Amino acid sequence: MFKVVERSMIVPNVHLLTIEASEVAQAARPGNFIILRPDEQGERIPLTIADWDVSAGTVTSLFVQVGASTAKLARLKAGDTIPTFAGPLGNETEIAKFGTVVLVGGCYGIGAIYPIARALKAAGNRVFALIEARSSFALYWEDRLKTVCERVLVISRDGSRGYKGHVTRLAEILATEKIKPDRLIAYGCTYQMMEVSRQTKPLGIKTIVSMNPIMIDGTGMCGVCRLTVAGETKFACVDGPEFDGHEVDWEEFLARRESYNAEEVEPLHRSGSCSHF
Amino acid sequence: MSPLDLVKRPMPKQEPFERVRNFDEVALGYSVELAREEAGRCLDCKKPGCVGGCPVGIDIPGFIHCITEGDFAGGIRAIKQTNALPAVCGRVCPQEEQCEMQCILRKKGESVAIGRLERFLADWEAAQETTEAPPLPPLNGRSIAIVGSGPAGITVAADLALRGYKITMFEALHEAGGVLTYGIPEFRLPKAIVRREVQYVRSLGVDLRLDFVVGKTRTMDALLESFDAVFVGAGAGLPWFMDIPGENLNGVYSANEYLTRCNLMRGFRFPAFDTPLKRSARVAVFGGGNVAMDSARTALRLGADEVHIVYRRSHDELPARAEEVENAEEEGVMFDFLTLPVRLIGNERGWLTEIECRRMELGEPDASGRRRPIEVAGSEFMMRMDASVCAIGNSPNPLIPMTTPGLEVGKRGNIVADEETGLTSRRRVWAGGDVVTGAATVISAMGAGRRAAQSIHEALSGAK
Ligand SMILES: Cc1cc2nc3c(=O)[nH]c(=O)nc-3n(C[C@H](O)[C@H](O)[C@H](O)COP(=O)(O)OP(=O)(O)OC[C@H]3O[C@@H](n4cnc5c(N)ncnc54)[C@H](O)[C@@H]3O)c2cc1C
Repeated sequence: MFKVVERSMIVPNVHLLTIEASEVAQAARPGNFIILRPDEQGERIPLTIADWDVSAGTVTSLFVQVGASTAKLARLKAGDTIPTFAGPLGNETEIAKFGTVVLVGGCYGIGAIYPIARALKAAGNRVFALIEARSSFALYWEDRLKTVCERVLVISRDGSRGYKGHVTRLAEILATEKIKPDRLIAYGCTYQMMEVSRQTKPLGIKTIVSMNPIMIDGTGMCGVCRLTVAGETKFACVDGPEFDGHEVDWEEFLARRESYNAEEVEPLHRSGSCSHF
Repeated sequence: MSPLDLVKRPMPKQEPFERVRNFDEVALGYSVELAREEAGRCLDCKKPGCVGGCPVGIDIPGFIHCITEGDFAGGIRAIKQTNALPAVCGRVCPQEEQCEMQCILRKKGESVAIGRLERFLADWEAAQETTEAPPLPPLNGRSIAIVGSGPAGITVAADLALRGYKITMFEALHEAGGVLTYGIPEFRLPKAIVRREVQYVRSLGVDLRLDFVVGKTRTMDALLESFDAVFVGAGAGLPWFMDIPGENLNGVYSANEYLTRCNLMRGFRFPAFDTPLKRSARVAVFGGGNVAMDSARTALRLGADEVHIVYRRSHDELPARAEEVENAEEEGVMFDFLTLPVRLIGNERGWLTEIECRRMELGEPDASGRRRPIEVAGSEFMMRMDASVCAIGNSPNPLIPMTTPGLEVGKRGNIVADEETGLTSRRRVWAGGDVVTGAATVISAMGAGRRAAQSIHEALSGAK
């Protein structure tokens, strides 16, 4: 059993969940994910690790409430326990001195990019964050990101903060801000990561995306998370979850994510199913 | 002297038309009368072949003799001397290729139903108010880490706990048991039985750490810092696919996914449990082993109209246990022999709709001694299907080798370990079961666990 230290809705529909799991906290690295179950009947739900505290022995994730399983998570309160919390899973983000790195985050991804920005900055990179939300009220962790980024740029759909519109404006924003990334890393809903990859391809910017398929065990045992990358089948849980966004077969990926829609079970799977487009 | 009794007492079973509509156990087990009658068939040979056929050398004539005397407690004690999982082995061991194959009665008729009698005793014990717990020696100050809670890990845990070692068993999933829990279906091996066996091992003082992925939560090297020895019984959990076009369509499953959704996640009870498992109307299962039979029979129970086993060789080469093939046939699974899927075809939304297959014919025997299937040119035809389950095999998960420098692995990712002792290329690291042999059997994993436990004990205590 794992203890819930905190569960709070930090902006509409986005919840923060902090769990006591000292072994996971000690091993956590940027880009890893965990798998949890809200209760004994629950699905195994993968969530990206957004932060951890080794001394307190806690691990924090963000999730978007979209369906039955996340509704269960959203009902948790401090002091409750959950039966399953396994991790850290997946490969960690490649951290090196790349030069200039832009991190794009949407919904749960705004939090997920935080430890990556921190590690990249520590490795001597110029780090920029570009975060996207429906409106100013849906933004979070901007101050935290500012502590590890040279600048935090904002896009809001309604224009209430920063650039108005969508990440479809990425190329234009980079040009306006005179940022020439050596690498771009995107965390968020599938459409957003697909769009980012589409935009950066002609610009020749190496683009890493964190894929969020349906998963069950998260250790390479079931194969449900398979996707095609550069013409080869990969398992997101053990070969990823990060892949080169220019090599991902997005159409196939989207079809696979939706395979359980009819059951009205949310294809939450790292909570990236808010539709922006 | 009474004439030889040459026919096995049949196993009472649920009727096929009934059982395809539920997930309850198919085989119901012998009554006391049937068990004593069947046990009475044993000739109590001077040199029993059956014991030699058992990978863990159970005293078979001994326990059978106890049954004839009505001494069931004595019988279960005899089994448990060398087998910690009798309720499991009595159900899923391929006895027809092991103990029962060596039975002297086979010269004239049918062997003694050793597996059914083993199961009878285990079930008898479970029905008693109290089970006899063996006496535990004081802790000897040495600690052992066991990676994986399948039959191999459970055997090592029990053997070494009984010798005074402090055991911690790490399991990646949220329930212990390995394939017994996530792979083999409820209707063949009720999960309550697996839980009882796991509980028994825990009652020996074994500390079970679920949700702990060795290689991720902690590396092997870190474990070696806190434990005197590590046993790796991580199984063969990496599913193979056919490597044909269309395998990433929706409706295309690995057997591991299909069975895990159903067994570990209780998908057959959706929506009481949250993990869904699609009800497909027409399901094709690729492969001919136990995993394929289990997948096909699961599909039927989930309400499929038609379930096909698509196998590239013929009936004679099916690697599944004969009993399971028979069960599948009785339940209405259709067999498409000498058939090879070559392409999966989907609709515009990415769902499987058809499978292109090719006919095969059998040529000369290959390395496995089975006749090699050869494709018949121009024999392509289509099967209309909305789901397929790939059950052609598994290999060990690369997670541990990838994160353990110096751990030697073979061609198929199996950990290389000495056959007699289980010692690997890393000091203080032993391995056994499917992670070493590739997908095999419960009893062979237990046999490997037994030998490794002995070797670990010798290495740590200097004892022989
Ligand atoms: C569907 C199916 C039907 C079968 N039917 C039969 C049958 O009828 N008769 C028979 O004899 N055999 C059968 N088998 C084969 C048999 O189940 C296996 O040979 C046996 O379970 C192997 O035991 P094991 O202990 O080596 O591994 P497993 O049972 O595979 O257990 C390994 C355990 O290790 C865990 N693990 C893996 N990696 C890690 C890690 N890094 N950290 C922590 N834990 C980890 C896994 O989650 C798993 O729980 C069947 C197999 C399947 C899949």
